[in-house]
Amino acid sequence: MFDLVAQGAQMFLVLLLAPLLTGCVRKLKARLQRRIGAPIWQPYRDIRRLLGKEVVLAGNASWLFRVVPYLVFAVTWVAAALVPTFATGLLFSWSGDLIVITALLGTARFLQALAAMDVGTSFGGLGASREVMFASLAEPALIMTVFAVALIAGSTQLSTMADYLLTGQAGLRVTLALALVAFVIVAVAENGRIPVDNPATHLELTMVHEAMVLEYSGRHLAMIELAASLKLLCYMSLIVGIFCPFGMTLGHGGAGPYLLGGATYAAKLVVTATLLATFETMTAKMRIFRVPGFIGVALMLSLLATLLRFVSGNL
Amino acid sequence: MIQFVLLAVAAFLGVGIGCVPVARRPGASRIVYGACLVICVVALTGALLDGGTSEMILPLGVPWLGAHFRIDALSRFFVVLIDVGSSFASLYALGRGAHEHEPQRVLPFYPVFLGAMNLVVIADDAYGFLFAWELMSLASWALVMAHHREAGNARAGFVYLLMATGGALSLLLAFGLLAGPDGFYAFAVMRLGTFAPPRAILVLALVCLGAGSKAGVVPLHVWLPLAHPAAPSHVSALMSGVMTKVAIYAFIRIVFDLLGPPSWWWAVPVLAIGGITAVLGVMSALMESDLKRLLAYSTIENVGIIFLALGLSLAFRANAMPEAASLAMIAGLFHAFNHMLFKSLLFFGAGSVLTATGERNIERLGGLIHRMPVSSGLFLIGCMAISALPPLNGFASEWLAFQTILVSPQLPEWTLRLLVPTVGAALALAAALSAACFVRAFGIAFLGRPRSAKAETAVETDRFSRAAMGGLAALCLLTGMFPGAVIDALAPVTRLLLGGRLAEQMMQPWLSIVPIAARNSSYNGLMVLLFVLVSAGLAAFAVHRFGARTVRRGDAWDCGFPGLGPATQYSGASFSQPIRRVFGPVFFRAREIVDMPPPGETRPARIRKERHDLAWEAIYLPIAAAVGAIADRLNALQFMTIGRYLGFVFVLLVLLLMALAAWQ
Repeated sequence: MFDLVAQGAQMFLVLLLAPLLTGCVRKLKARLQRRIGAPIWQPYRDIRRLLGKEVVLAGNASWLFRVVPYLVFAVTWVAAALVPTFATGLLFSWSGDLIVITALLGTARFLQALAAMDVGTSFGGLGASREVMFASLAEPALIMTVFAVALIAGSTQLSTMADYLLTGQAGLRVTLALALVAFVIVAVAENGRIPVDNPATHLELTMVHEAMVLEYSGRHLAMIELAASLKLLCYMSLIVGIFCPFGMTLGHGGAGPYLLGGATYAAKLVVTATLLATFETMTAKMRIFRVPGFIGVALMLSLLATLLRFVSGNL
Repeated sequence: MIQFVLLAVAAFLGVGIGCVPVARRPGASRIVYGACLVICVVALTGALLDGGTSEMILPLGVPWLGAHFRIDALSRFFVVLIDVGSSFASLYALGRGAHEHEPQRVLPFYPVFLGAMNLVVIADDAYGFLFAWELMSLASWALVMAHHREAGNARAGFVYLLMATGGALSLLLAFGLLAGPDGFYAFAVMRLGTFAPPRAILVLALVCLGAGSKAGVVPLHVWLPLAHPAAPSHVSALMSGVMTKVAIYAFIRIVFDLLGPPSWWWAVPVLAIGGITAVLGVMSALMESDLKRLLAYSTIENVGIIFLALGLSLAFRANAMPEAASLAMIAGLFHAFNHMLFKSLLFFGAGSVLTATGERNIERLGGLIHRMPVSSGLFLIGCMAISALPPLNGFASEWLAFQTILVSPQLPEWTLRLLVPTVGAALALAAALSAACFVRAFGIAFLGRPRSAKAETAVETDRFSRAAMGGLAALCLLTGMFPGAVIDALAPVTRLLLGGRLAEQMMQPWLSIVPIAARNSSYNGLMVLLFVLVSAGLAAFAVHRFGARTVRRGDAWDCGFPGLGPATQYSGASFSQPIRRVFGPVFFRAREIVDMPPPGETRPARIRKERHDLAWEAIYLPIAAAVGAIADRLNALQFMTIGRYLGFVFVLLVLLLMALAAWQ
């Protein structure tokens, strides 16, 4: 029973934290740009406001357009909930490994891209086309990163991976460093952050994610915004969970260790959010056809990391 | 039981021959396809009834040999695969077949094609195998040529015939080498033999050529995107979904069963062609705007994935790692089965679109989701399955393939250790590109606004077609939810070929699949599906309960610039333009040449896109040119006196006798 509660707590923890994380990143960016910025709970207000508004559907929007927001949200939520945050070995952690999480995020992208093309506007097609182009490089890079880490830990199961790295058997490795860089690049690209995409723009030809969701309004948009926040949280939890699992509760802890795990998790998220905000403030957005080169670096690094693991067990 | 399958084959041939005189009659197609459906079900029950090996020798064929038939675990799996695919194709054809203009060009060959495919996988001697193989090729060729007056189909048939002949010749030579100078053509005798390296290399190369050309591996794939789409849609589904699997069967039967214990380096060419085929196939599919040809290219990709898994299985088998080899083999066979399911479904969908609109070009489709809601929904399930998205079946088999790659650092050979991660990257790239490809295919053809009048007036397909597509979609979902059942069903195959098997999967808690050990990896399609459905339902309920529920229809927002026509939508070509720009220069030497007139000139600016099929240009065109040149030279031989000809014959005879004398 306690296990079930812990699993449920994890699911609702990620759901509740996700908008806060987005708000934090926005606030930090604003401060770094010497603006005051909106309060960090602004995303919650946005979502509440959107939920209260009516939905304006394009005349020829099909059932797919109306179903996709919920599906995208659900798939992203499941993916985010499968990532260990404050503890490993939760009740349902075996139902999917890291490859499954990658593929679930791929499902969300697939559906989102389809919904973008449903109304039949040029912006929707533009966003979808660019999104799948980025994904066609980012997804293999992510899988290869997964390979590299999985080969070190001897498992694709996130709980086992975190256990292995936590107990310090891995030590410092070249492979892990390469995989970390690759993973960060992929995370930046997949979440549509600068330099790949700008989450703050709305009317530029370079936009990708925002172009895909242009036709959405009201509660549908709320679901999509929430899913985007969840995705950011999911990637951040993956980064801190795989590469910096320290402080996580191993196996079945009680309430005390879980609370401690939760506190360290929150601290790690704040640090990651600060790093992301700083990075975004320091870089400029890339031209669209420079992005494949950027993600290609991730692909090459992750391939190199995997090859190193295949060649030598110690690197 | 083999009797059932043999009876089914005989019934298929009987129906094929029997329907020749009545094929033009209006009701004939219903009867033929109905009979085929019944026969498929009989063969299916026969194959599933008992699990043992059964054999039969019939006094047919070569007098001193007879015709050997045998059904073992491998044959049984393929009989099931063939007959599941065939029964759905027949069901689909019950509805669609009525629209055939010249049924006499389809009806007699269709049952023969089905019978021949069944016969290939139960043949137990080289003679019977090759006979059935050729029958399968010829029947499918006739079906490709059914619409021979349509532009391009005659050429497709010609190229197919050439490649099929070449492939059969390679297999003939391979069997010749396996049988040895004494001519032991029964598989049972071949299985006992051991083969020295030069002979084994030759056999492997010939099998790669023979089975590979039928399966469509790069660079022997050139016929496939021409021939598969040319046939009627239910036959396209069979050729792509089922016949390529018969070729895979031939590869497995010869390399894993007849050729004896492998050396590790056999895996190298198989892995390499697998990886290259997977990436090139999907890349070509992404550039294609003909819906059926797009599906054919995607078949090439999936065949690549299967070959990749088989290559891994060979590598593990050579290193005496039966569990890992079984895992790889199961990944390959499971993917073969899955591909049969979703590729048939997609071809049926494409066929329904073709009947409804008369269009195969996605650039002239669009908005079909409003006019063909059921077909669109089912086609979407097929697209998601083939894009390897959880919780559907395509993901389960690709997940197994990834797990196989993760155990391969245990391989001792350096070449393989370097090759396997590269191939793994190719697999990941192919999976990602395939998702892009099917977003494009579905998004352009079924979503958006109609791009032509025909697309605007499309109507939903008949109930038989919907039933066939619905059944396949349900199977895609079921095998995705319970992959453990398929893995368990494949255990006899791996025990037969590799002497190992995976742990019983249906015994795992919650029906997860755990290929190696629970701490290594596990996946539960059922739970993932449940989680997604429950969270989506929860979210929808909460939003509708606590938020606004009103919906207003209005113009599209489109950045405040609505009212543009359907031509301003993204087209298939514009959708794939970024990917073409990124990958095209590498894979197709693609270029975009912009011709911008200087200011003052009134001619329009033009953009020209160039894309090269490198395999065609580097291999086939030179061969065709060489054949032409030699034919020109030898043309003189056609105009000689009878005395000259007899002289040639005499000289050749003497030369051959001398060669024989020197060799003895």
